[in-house]
Amino acid sequence: MSTMASTAYVRSEMVGPQKAPPSMIGPIGWARKNLFSSPINSVLSIVAALFIVWCLIPVIRFTLIDAVWTGDDRAACAQASGACWAYVKAYLPQFIYGRYPIDQRWRVDIVFLMLAVALVPMLIPRAPFKRLNALFLLTVYPLASFVLLTGGHIGLRGRFLPDDIVGPGPVRFALEFALVSFVIILLVGLGARLLGLRASQSGSAIGIVLGALAVVFMVVGADFGLVPVETANWGGLLVTLVVAVTGMVASLPLGVILALGRRSKMPVVRIASVTFIEVCRGVPLITVLFMASVMLPLFLPEGVTFDKLLRALIGVALFQAAYMAEVIRGGLQSISRGQYEGAMAIGLSYPQRMRLIILPQALRVVIPGIVGSFISLFKDTTLVAIIGLFDLLGQIQASANDAKWASPVTGITGYIFAAMVFWAFCFSMSRYAAFTERRLDRSRRG
Amino acid sequence: MKKLIASIVAGAALATAGVSAASAGTLEDVKAKGFVQCGVNPSLIGFGVADEKGEWSGIDVSFCRAVASAIFGDPTKVKFSPLNAKERFTALQSGEVDLLSRNTTWTMSRDSSLGLMFVGVSYYDGQGFMVRKSLGVSSALELSGAKVCTQTGTTTELNLADYFRSHNMPYEVVAFEKNEEVLQAYEAGRCDAYTTDASGLYAERLKLTNPDDHMILPEIISKEPLGPAVRQGDDKWFTVVKWTLFALINAEELGLTKANIDEKKTADNPEIKRFVGVEGDFGTGIGLTNDWAYNVIKGVGNYGEIFDANVGPSTKLGIARGLNNLWSKGGIQYAPPIR
Repeated sequence: MSTMASTAYVRSEMVGPQKAPPSMIGPIGWARKNLFSSPINSVLSIVAALFIVWCLIPVIRFTLIDAVWTGDDRAACAQASGACWAYVKAYLPQFIYGRYPIDQRWRVDIVFLMLAVALVPMLIPRAPFKRLNALFLLTVYPLASFVLLTGGHIGLRGRFLPDDIVGPGPVRFALEFALVSFVIILLVGLGARLLGLRASQSGSAIGIVLGALAVVFMVVGADFGLVPVETANWGGLLVTLVVAVTGMVASLPLGVILALGRRSKMPVVRIASVTFIEVCRGVPLITVLFMASVMLPLFLPEGVTFDKLLRALIGVALFQAAYMAEVIRGGLQSISRGQYEGAMAIGLSYPQRMRLIILPQALRVVIPGIVGSFISLFKDTTLVAIIGLFDLLGQIQASANDAKWASPVTGITGYIFAAMVFWAFCFSMSRYAAFTERRLDRSRRG
Repeated sequence: MKKLIASIVAGAALATAGVSAASAGTLEDVKAKGFVQCGVNPSLIGFGVADEKGEWSGIDVSFCRAVASAIFGDPTKVKFSPLNAKERFTALQSGEVDLLSRNTTWTMSRDSSLGLMFVGVSYYDGQGFMVRKSLGVSSALELSGAKVCTQTGTTTELNLADYFRSHNMPYEVVAFEKNEEVLQAYEAGRCDAYTTDASGLYAERLKLTNPDDHMILPEIISKEPLGPAVRQGDDKWFTVVKWTLFALINAEELGLTKANIDEKKTADNPEIKRFVGVEGDFGTGIGLTNDWAYNVIKGVGNYGEIFDANVGPSTKLGIARGLNNLWSKGGIQYAPPIR
């Protein structure tokens, strides 16, 4: 056995799997499979690729290769055939802050920073302290931003107490506030007694609301030594974000209330909700803004004006609430009757049913719709330029007319920059929504 | 119940009365709040524009500062409200601004039905033509058969038609919706001439690749007197604003400038004496101090200085004085005397 040379070949181990041929894997394989699987597909792929290249080349040439990156005024860009980024660089602070006084811009920075610091952990599902964080974002943050951005120290002087008791000033305001609060608590107690409800419960709810209001008034009325900055000087990204964030934050709860109101069995509530929703949705946003900025001042008595930005904020929030209500109503209707009946069967009251059973399910269903309307709101904020507020786009348009930078490419460069900023915001919103959707949808996909 | 309604009505009446009492006179209100609220154009080169640091400049802006100087002796006591063309009149009517100084054309309908009062003319504008220098044209009358770029649906188009018809010249209109498109078409050579208000032409010219290859023809084919406006029915305020404008023009005529007014203040010229308030009680007559006009010139300079600094030949716009020169120098700027 050992001397005989064996001629037979016996393979002692299995042949290992071979690598796939190079034409089937990697980029080539992918291209073969997806782009060139049939003659027609091949032709389509080549045509599409050529089209993309044909479109991209001028864009890249304009924005990168032929672009002007440095310069001090229009002389640098007047002869350029590409984008004038030097102009964007010179104007960048104004695109972000508008005409906010330069030495006060740190206040805006703090507001932006606080938003980022509070919002990021809020958006990461695993980060702790969600409840505290939400509380901060919805109560402390708006107040702090208001004080920081406007300077606070609102002159609260009171209205109706005669001057000989106490002159106009914070003291009179505080007295009046206490007086009105007392009357309201009294009335609520009386109403509760008449309706046979527990007076202590409604009383404490009202007490909390009034107490919160008192704190708000104290904060906005206090003098923190900040220089007041009028909203007429706000602009750029600051205004865009203020309008968009206020619209988003205000429209969600308002929308939930309106949606529930529309499905309510109480005729007055239902009719009021339907009327509000249909009127707002039947009118373009631009009309609402126009009414707020051009018509409203004519209705008010002469000499009484209130802030243009505030007018726009209210208009945007109410308008957006109507759309939000319809989105949420869609979610409410998608919940089967069984859920309502089941909730009733275990003895939950109406608020409990909505809060614990119906709304969590309904809102999850409509996340794409909510984000969709947030994104459209973010883009709609550019409409405030019509009423003379300078959001990012308005500020860019105005700056392109500066004699120092006016050139054939200045305007186009500004628009490209605006498009990039808006795209970055909207795209991240939609990506985050997709992420949330996948996360919340796990139970359904099994 | 009746008593309740009666008290509500009485309360409402009192509230309205209180409000209207508070705005008895714009001049008093302005003095009380300590600044002039001025409506301006946020983006018109030479008239009202804020630079990258947020500093306002322009003829209209300077006029606002002049009014602030007249009242407070301090050109910085003014706040600017950027207004667009649609909301400017409402802003004035509703009291949001005290003064509208926003390249607004003085017309009869605006004086009568909009509740405005124009105080005068701070800039005589009018429709003009811009052409390439290489075209070799030196007068609008040589534009026979030309293609003219303009914006649709504005009076510009009508004025154009009138002008060419009355001179029996054939022409072709190339009209666009937006100003940017008009300019692009002109730059691309789709038309021989570009027409809009002359001040606008100078501003648009800056946006061309080679501004120096283009010129604005001397003919002006329409009247566009631009001026500041105030609310109707407040004569005291109207007078203050009106005389601020006159002071600017008078100062140029008297040769008073920002630089030399201190030294000329002591001159023995009775006109200057009345102007700076050494003689007479002209300032107190309109509710100001007697050195109001001195403050105006000290604060912002005279009309010529404002013109030269914002739109004049030494600026990027390079507009010649033309009609806006003093009446004594071939223009039509003329102000009643202070005496």
